[in-house]
Amino acid sequence: MGYQWNWGIFLQPSASGDDTYLGWMFTGFKMTIALSLSAWVVALLLGALVGVLRTVPNKTLAGIATAYVELFRNVPLLVQLFIWYFVLPELLPASIGNAYKQSNPVFQQFLASMVCLGLFTSARVAEQVRAGINSLPKGQKNAGLALGLTLPQTYRFVMLPMAFRLVVPPLTSEFLNIFKNSAVCSTIGLLELAAQGRQLVDYTAQPYESFIAVTLSYIIINVTVMTLMHKFEKRIAVPGYIGGK
Amino acid sequence: MTYEFDWSSIPGALPFLWDGMKISLVITAQAVVIGIVWGTLLAMMRLSSVKPLSWFAAGYVNLFRAVPLVMVLLWFFLIVPEFVGQLFNIPKGTDLRLSSAMAGFALFEAAYYSEIIRAGIQSVPKGQISAASALGMNYAQAMRLVVLPQAFRNMVPLLLTQAIILFQDTSLVYVSALADFFGAAYKVGDRDGRLVELLLFAGAVYFVICFSASQIVKRLQKKYHPA
Repeated sequence: MGYQWNWGIFLQPSASGDDTYLGWMFTGFKMTIALSLSAWVVALLLGALVGVLRTVPNKTLAGIATAYVELFRNVPLLVQLFIWYFVLPELLPASIGNAYKQSNPVFQQFLASMVCLGLFTSARVAEQVRAGINSLPKGQKNAGLALGLTLPQTYRFVMLPMAFRLVVPPLTSEFLNIFKNSAVCSTIGLLELAAQGRQLVDYTAQPYESFIAVTLSYIIINVTVMTLMHKFEKRIAVPGYIGGK
Repeated sequence: MTYEFDWSSIPGALPFLWDGMKISLVITAQAVVIGIVWGTLLAMMRLSSVKPLSWFAAGYVNLFRAVPLVMVLLWFFLIVPEFVGQLFNIPKGTDLRLSSAMAGFALFEAAYYSEIIRAGIQSVPKGQISAASALGMNYAQAMRLVVLPQAFRNMVPLLLTQAIILFQDTSLVYVSALADFFGAAYKVGDRDGRLVELLLFAGAVYFVICFSASQIVKRLQKKYHPA
């Protein structure tokens, strides 16, 4: 029994009538991009904060930051997602929980996915930021303090401007990961790329074309992000360091 | 009104959850073993001077690293079984979910392992290979007896860390409805209307296992590379 290839399937009107199957894929593509980018903003902001806290002399703050990182790194992403989506709304005060549960289902899925991916990735970003700060020569911090800067000022003006530039290359791989990890959010029904792929299989009965198209889309995202980040890395590389000019 | 916890469905479900945990562990173990073996071969191909081999390995690794694990598992869940079934005349309806999930994980993880192993091989000083060939060893002997033993010793912590990540990732077989530990916990929670408790329990179990394992890896790392 031979398989009937039919790439024309993507141009046929979809089951919902108002779109083509290619349109479905593009909707999923946009959802994957929107989700990953918004989660990346969350991850960068929180990750930078937690990463800095892990290096401060204050034991309590550093301890909290360490606990944060360990918590998010040692529970599978899928479990975290289900906890955000199914568990948290039950545990919140009833007024907030009910408001969430009565909101638009797509909004619920998107919010849970964004928070989950963002926090999950922030723990990894924090580790890179911490490694970046720790890789700075000790003299930089001491020099800052010796000049009469306070510790926050030393971080602000001396250490972080260097550290943030040094961590960009390792952050690129986390940035790539967030696009890949966003596929996990298909499990709670968010119609991103992977979920649209499954739908295409069900509706078109052309599994090979559907999956090849979705897989190619992920590869395109991957290559695009890598190319852009490579350019960015070159621009911000610190002269004198490996990878710098 | 606050949520009232009821943990009573967990004790009775423990044997079922343990069966699930065994599936998670089996998938992890076989993916680690096949991943390291196949990953080592890929790494050696990648570093080989035979261009087609090196291109093949680079293509393989880059392909699998560009695609989400969920997509790979869906391929192996929805498409590969049918394809393989037709190829080898396996009767329709045979449950290939576990074997296809295992194949998917092993092939996927091999790409990640091969990158770790490649870095490990490259971290061995060049003089070691020259010394081996000066002693009259051929390439295969030099690799097997000189380079790889040193490379693996350096890589042990990274390989183990990857195994922990892999163990967490096995929860994704959820997409193929296999009852691994997470799938089992979800099923019990869904059946008893106690999803909240079961999901928190599953999260706690994963945390305890992965956190303890990562602490052990940290100790090993200190032992192998005292700073």
